[in-house]
Amino acid sequence: MLRYVLRRLLIAIPTLFLIVTLSFFLMHVAPGGPFDMEKGIPPEIKANIERVFHLDEPLWMQYLRYLSNLIHGDLGPSYILLNFSVAELFRVGLPVSAQIGASALILALIAGSAFGAIAALRQNHIIDYAVIATATAGSTIPSFVIAPLIQLTFGLTWHLLPIGGWGDGALINKIGPIITLSLPQLATVSRLMRGSMIEALHANHIRTAKSLGLSDFAVVVKHAMRGALLPIISYAGPAAAGLITGSIIVETIFQIPGVGRYFIDAALNRDYTLVMGTVVMIAVFTIVFNLIVDLLYAVVDPRVRYD
Amino acid sequence: MRWSIRGCVMTDISATTQTGGGRSLWADAWGRLKANKAAVFSAFYLALIVVLCLAGPYFTSHDFTTIYSSYVRVPPSLSPYPKADKIEQEVQDVVRRARLELREWKQDGERILVTVWAPKPIDDRVTRYLDRSDSFEDTKVENKSDDGLTMTMSTAVKYTYFYFGTDTSGRDLLTRTLIAGRVSLAVGLLGGVVAVVIGVLYGSISGFIGGKTDEVMMRIVDILYSLPFTFFVIMLVVFFGRNFALMFLAIGAVLWLDMSRIVRGQTLSLKRQEYVHAAEALGVNNKGILFRHIIPNMLGPIIIYVTLLIPQVIILESFLSYLGLGVQEPMSSWGVQISQGSHNIQGAVYLLIFPSVFLTSTLFALNFIGDGLRDALDPKDR
Repeated sequence: MLRYVLRRLLIAIPTLFLIVTLSFFLMHVAPGGPFDMEKGIPPEIKANIERVFHLDEPLWMQYLRYLSNLIHGDLGPSYILLNFSVAELFRVGLPVSAQIGASALILALIAGSAFGAIAALRQNHIIDYAVIATATAGSTIPSFVIAPLIQLTFGLTWHLLPIGGWGDGALINKIGPIITLSLPQLATVSRLMRGSMIEALHANHIRTAKSLGLSDFAVVVKHAMRGALLPIISYAGPAAAGLITGSIIVETIFQIPGVGRYFIDAALNRDYTLVMGTVVMIAVFTIVFNLIVDLLYAVVDPRVRYD
Repeated sequence: MRWSIRGCVMTDISATTQTGGGRSLWADAWGRLKANKAAVFSAFYLALIVVLCLAGPYFTSHDFTTIYSSYVRVPPSLSPYPKADKIEQEVQDVVRRARLELREWKQDGERILVTVWAPKPIDDRVTRYLDRSDSFEDTKVENKSDDGLTMTMSTAVKYTYFYFGTDTSGRDLLTRTLIAGRVSLAVGLLGGVVAVVIGVLYGSISGFIGGKTDEVMMRIVDILYSLPFTFFVIMLVVFFGRNFALMFLAIGAVLWLDMSRIVRGQTLSLKRQEYVHAAEALGVNNKGILFRHIIPNMLGPIIIYVTLLIPQVIILESFLSYLGLGVQEPMSSWGVQISQGSHNIQGAVYLLIFPSVFLTSTLFALNFIGDGLRDALDPKDR
């Protein structure tokens, strides 16, 4: 088990390296730089600033410098949000994004698998159709439509939720973003769960369990659901990485100080270090969550072993 | 000579009747698709939306760039503007703009009589002030006092219809929604086609050649997969600037990865089929085998994937436009409109509702068609 984890982490290093290299050069060959202001600063001052940030060096030297800093865990200073290092920005923003993302994921996983399982148990019943309809709607309506609608109905019309803002992490401020984030996930999870549950209920071991006279509850929850959870788990890995690193749309609409917005802002302003930091963060989360998923597989499915 | 061609045709027909029992796979699929009510309804709905977006703007009697400064952010209405109670306000505004004093105004059937006064003799050309307003037309001088200080003009009220209301700049929302629909649908279709062409070529070549080439080509796909998707799109947008045509090329260039994997898998299994071996034995070259035998036999999964890809591209385009990276003014797409609408939910909800309804219903229709096609073309997957 430990050997497996170590091997996986070792494989992750070249992947991470490739991602960093590719995005570094992609970012730097894009026209424009972080200090190309519309109002044009005097060239001497610009040259000074660029020297401070080592932007006057040849690209390969900047690249090597960035790599060596990265190995030492230094993500560098932000070029646009001056006086902040990328790490500081993440330290403030990531907990915000992660809270919303993790809550949305948990909600989607629990509610989604419950809905999916119920739909599978009542296949072709009205409940089944209701779940399918909700799932279709959830995965079709984009979040930038859902979010303003939530603001409009719950915020402006019924005055139940604030329209936006973080409110120092008050629960009521989180409800809108969490619902918006989790709806599409919930839809996918319930679809997956319905499909795999239908399959699991027709499996041989379930028939055996039933014939042995186990209670319906035990058959469904202990035996069928366990097998049916596998596709959900493999879906949840990448989904978790995506959710925790923040959603651009949700954070923009609900005005939440998370890390999701940095991506766009930084890329448009050529804030090289911040873009690279975001890329590295997302990549690391993706790798870690995929590893967790694979380990969870072994826990849920006794047929999977990593020794 | 003639006889032999006939013979050929005859054998062809008998061959198909023997193997297919009179019904080809495609005919079977067509039958299953027609039985799927949701898919058929969606197809009609989608056709309606396409026709509306293509032809509609010619019939709305508005240009999508025309600004009606008198009607900024007016709500949707089936009755024409200006509303009866707003005419007085408009007359007063116009007269003030002309630096005249309003003495009297009254409605006389179709026309409105406006009497104005000024300390200096009035020029006849002040009628243009009324004509220039969006609410009046065909203004004439009825009579003028001898000293030229008092003048009576008559003008016709110009009625304009804004079924969807107007946007924050005073442009007709109906026309703009339809024009935006053209953009969104075009981007969806073209982005989807670009993604499929790249994906099919890449995947089939990779799978068909196999060996080391396949290994390298698929590792490249893996690496591209591991790049954060949004980053990739944003970088492409940054590269190509805000060029509309290049943007959906960029979108297509990002979305081909899934397609290439699906196609590669299909190619791997298809190239071991007897008919491919037969073609090889008959001396057909690789290109011929690929384009004549392998790709046509993957059409089912490809078609399914395209229909499911188009809504993805439309969402992606809307997402980019929402962030301000996509289509630029005065052009519009549903994403741009939704973005503008979501900034105006206080007081002008219809700005959000109309484009959202159009976008969402189109996405629903495309998804239902995609699901229907999947059930029809791939019955074992049900």
